[in-house]
Amino acid sequence: MLHFLRRRLPVAIRVALTVLTLSFLLTRLSGDLAISIAGPNASQEDIELIRSAYGLDRPLWVQYFDWLWRALQGDFGDSYFFKTRVARLIMERMPITMTLGLCGLFIALCVALPLGILAAVRENTWVDRSVLMVALIGQAMPSFWLGLILMVVLGLNLGWLPISGTGSWEHYVMPSIVLSFSAIPSLMRLTRSGMIEALASDYIRTARAKGLSRLSILVKHGFRNAAIPVVAIAAVQLGFMLGGSIVIETVFALHGVGYLAWESISKNDFPVVQAVVLVLALIYIGLTLLSDLLNAVLDPRLRSA
Amino acid sequence: MSTVLQPAGAGNRRRIWRNAGTILGAGIVGFITFVAIFAPWLAPYDPFTIDLGRRVIPPMWMEGGTPANILGTDQLGRDYLSRLIYGARVSMIIGVATIITSGIIGTFLGVMGGFYGGRVDDAVMFAITARLSIPVVLVALAVAGLLGTSFTLVILVLGLLLWDRFAVVARSTTMQIRNLDYVAAARCAGCSPMTVLLKEVLPNIATHLAVVATLEMALAILLEAALSFLGLGVPPPLPSWGLMISEAKEYMFFSPWVIMIPGIALFILVLGVNLLGDALRDMLGTDLSR
Amino acid sequence: MSALLDIEDLRVTFGGTAAVRGISLTVEKGETHCLVGESGCGKSVTSLAVMGLLAKGGKRDAARLSFAGDDIRDYNEAQMSRLRGDRMAMIFQEPMTSLNPAYTVGSQMTEVLRRHRGTPRAQAVDRAVELLTRVGITAPGLRLGQFPHQLSGGLRQRVMIAMALMCDPELLIADEPTTALDVTVQAQILRLLAELQKDLGLGILLITHDLGIVARVADRVSVMYAGEVVESAPTAELFRAPRHPYTRGLLSCVPVPGKVKRDEPLGSIPGVVPRIPPGFTGCAFRDRCSFAEAACAGTLPRRNVGPAHEMLCVLPEGVPA
Repeated sequence: MLHFLRRRLPVAIRVALTVLTLSFLLTRLSGDLAISIAGPNASQEDIELIRSAYGLDRPLWVQYFDWLWRALQGDFGDSYFFKTRVARLIMERMPITMTLGLCGLFIALCVALPLGILAAVRENTWVDRSVLMVALIGQAMPSFWLGLILMVVLGLNLGWLPISGTGSWEHYVMPSIVLSFSAIPSLMRLTRSGMIEALASDYIRTARAKGLSRLSILVKHGFRNAAIPVVAIAAVQLGFMLGGSIVIETVFALHGVGYLAWESISKNDFPVVQAVVLVLALIYIGLTLLSDLLNAVLDPRLRSA
Repeated sequence: MSTVLQPAGAGNRRRIWRNAGTILGAGIVGFITFVAIFAPWLAPYDPFTIDLGRRVIPPMWMEGGTPANILGTDQLGRDYLSRLIYGARVSMIIGVATIITSGIIGTFLGVMGGFYGGRVDDAVMFAITARLSIPVVLVALAVAGLLGTSFTLVILVLGLLLWDRFAVVARSTTMQIRNLDYVAAARCAGCSPMTVLLKEVLPNIATHLAVVATLEMALAILLEAALSFLGLGVPPPLPSWGLMISEAKEYMFFSPWVIMIPGIALFILVLGVNLLGDALRDMLGTDLSR
Repeated sequence: MSALLDIEDLRVTFGGTAAVRGISLTVEKGETHCLVGESGCGKSVTSLAVMGLLAKGGKRDAARLSFAGDDIRDYNEAQMSRLRGDRMAMIFQEPMTSLNPAYTVGSQMTEVLRRHRGTPRAQAVDRAVELLTRVGITAPGLRLGQFPHQLSGGLRQRVMIAMALMCDPELLIADEPTTALDVTVQAQILRLLAELQKDLGLGILLITHDLGIVARVADRVSVMYAGEVVESAPTAELFRAPRHPYTRGLLSCVPVPGKVKRDEPLGSIPGVVPRIPPGFTGCAFRDRCSFAEAACAGTLPRRNVGPAHEMLCVLPEGVPA
């Protein structure tokens, strides 16, 4: 296990540094950040003022290392719009996005695993084809559109759930469902193909020859092996979902990190945008590392390697 | 038991089912491509003409609808069907242009990594890992926020962000092909690496890349719609389906059809492209799904 | 007293292909019955059909299929699963893949006892240790905690055998148990099976394509060809006086020191086992047989050609020796 970490950590750290640099460069894309901050109606003096106030008159590499040094200490500077520490803003909003991401993943697994197993057990029947159809539909569904439809149907017509906002747990239901749609197709296909492979394997024949119950054959012997890649991918999926939550949080006005990023983008609040990109990327890197670890924990063949 | 025999019936049934999917997918994509190309001849009205006197008229089959506007009008009185038809153009152009851009980048990186191996491959793998850790939607939005929205910018940003799967597939298939006997023979015969790449490797990985291209095109179309929906994609008054949904949002609680129509169009197009991709994959017998 | 396993006219079809075409055989208590033949002749399918483990799409039909006097033809999956692993056990050709990579040896062994007998964990572990020792595994306590990938092929097959014996079965079906193993390990496993049989009074149905193995362990041999038993006899009788052209062909392929001379080519049978379409009649071997005649296309007689020696061939006394 330690050996494994020793191999993966340096790569993860190098990727993280690359992402740090990229998120710095991202904000410099426009050429002159001061003009972007000042907005279209600013005078030349205003721009100069902003330039010196934010240290944008220094050479680029000085700005870079200054920013890098601070970022490594968890200091992302101040928000232009909210007038608070960026780190604090993100810390406040992160629990909401995390809750959304985890709920979405949970729903996705609750749907994808049973359906994937069912499709594998009934391979090439109408059940299997229906499940694959569900995957195709999920893949083709634009998430923001699905969100709006749920708002109309569940929120307005049926009145079951609040339409938007952050107040109670009920506010998370629709966004979580919508978010889960982005992960369901791939998790379901992976479960299905893993189960088909597992069920065709020699050890399943052995399990049947041992006279084990159907449940034990399917779940204990079949799914246990099919689950290894699914669990690993689920961790990576969570990373994608957090990254994609910006659309859904905006649709439902759920005040998480994604919503914060969207607000900041429309308000030219670059330190926040930069920091959110960075934090989400770092979380993703952490999750891929976790995914590799889970893989190694679940697969005895990798554990000892 | 060394051979597992399949009952003959199941194989046939599966083939028929797949054929149905292929025909449906090809039909959808073919139809929408046709609509996109011939939009000026097919659209009954100019999609940009505003008529504030005739706003949010429902489709003709609903109460208050009129045969003059088959799918009704939007919040500015523009003919919805015409905007939908021109919207197909936006989706198709962005989808195709994106996969061309990202396809070139990804294929180049993947082939280099797979062909040369060693340090080159390490660098390519690193680039792929770094690319995957960047949240696509967020970065695309941030860039659009910084540089302002434009049609070409959407293509460029998506093209620069969606090359990862091309690179992964190009890399692994190139690796397999590089080690095949006839490629080794060509190299031994003194062909330059460039010749080998162009004549032996590329034609052989092209089919795999075609499968990736369909998947990425579907993704690009969805992402464009999402960006436009958030107001940072295609700028108005261009009739992007995502933008149409965004503009119609205020009216959706009173007249849900305003979001249903462009949404269904988007859904059907993406479904068609995905079906086509699945069909292509089955034909090739490769499994790239993840 | 009826046989432990009694099969009569067993047929298995997969869609349009007949894999097993009416075979009959018996396994007595304490007897090793060998089923021999080339790959693809239906040996494995026969054994899987007996266990009720046919792959999807396989259809089984038999005039009689009885185990320890009970007719198991109409047993449903639940009834069969109570028999399997308890009173009839099976080991397979592929020891590398037949154990579940995700669980320890101990967990996979004890679950058989826990399932069939409800034995508490501690006692099941004791039983597993006892059997691992019995099959010649040193440090059984250590092995129980290991995963299959940590064991060699020979060890895994020993584990499979021990696992099959957990519930003290009456019948053991071994499907090419040594094919995937090194020659030295093969010998050890065969010796082990022979010992176990003597000690436990097992009936063994051993499936193999290796006549060397047959000669060493079998009490009785049935030679299969294209889904049929073409010749069946006590081992000594079969090796002494093989009658069916196919059996003779098979035997001529095996080098026997002293019998086969230097520079003289080993025998071989031209062609491969054919795929049998439904409604096929006559001898399936006739295209490869040097004694084939017009009558071979008709219905074949099954006749006795010696003490407990049966053959399916038109030649009245078989191939002249």
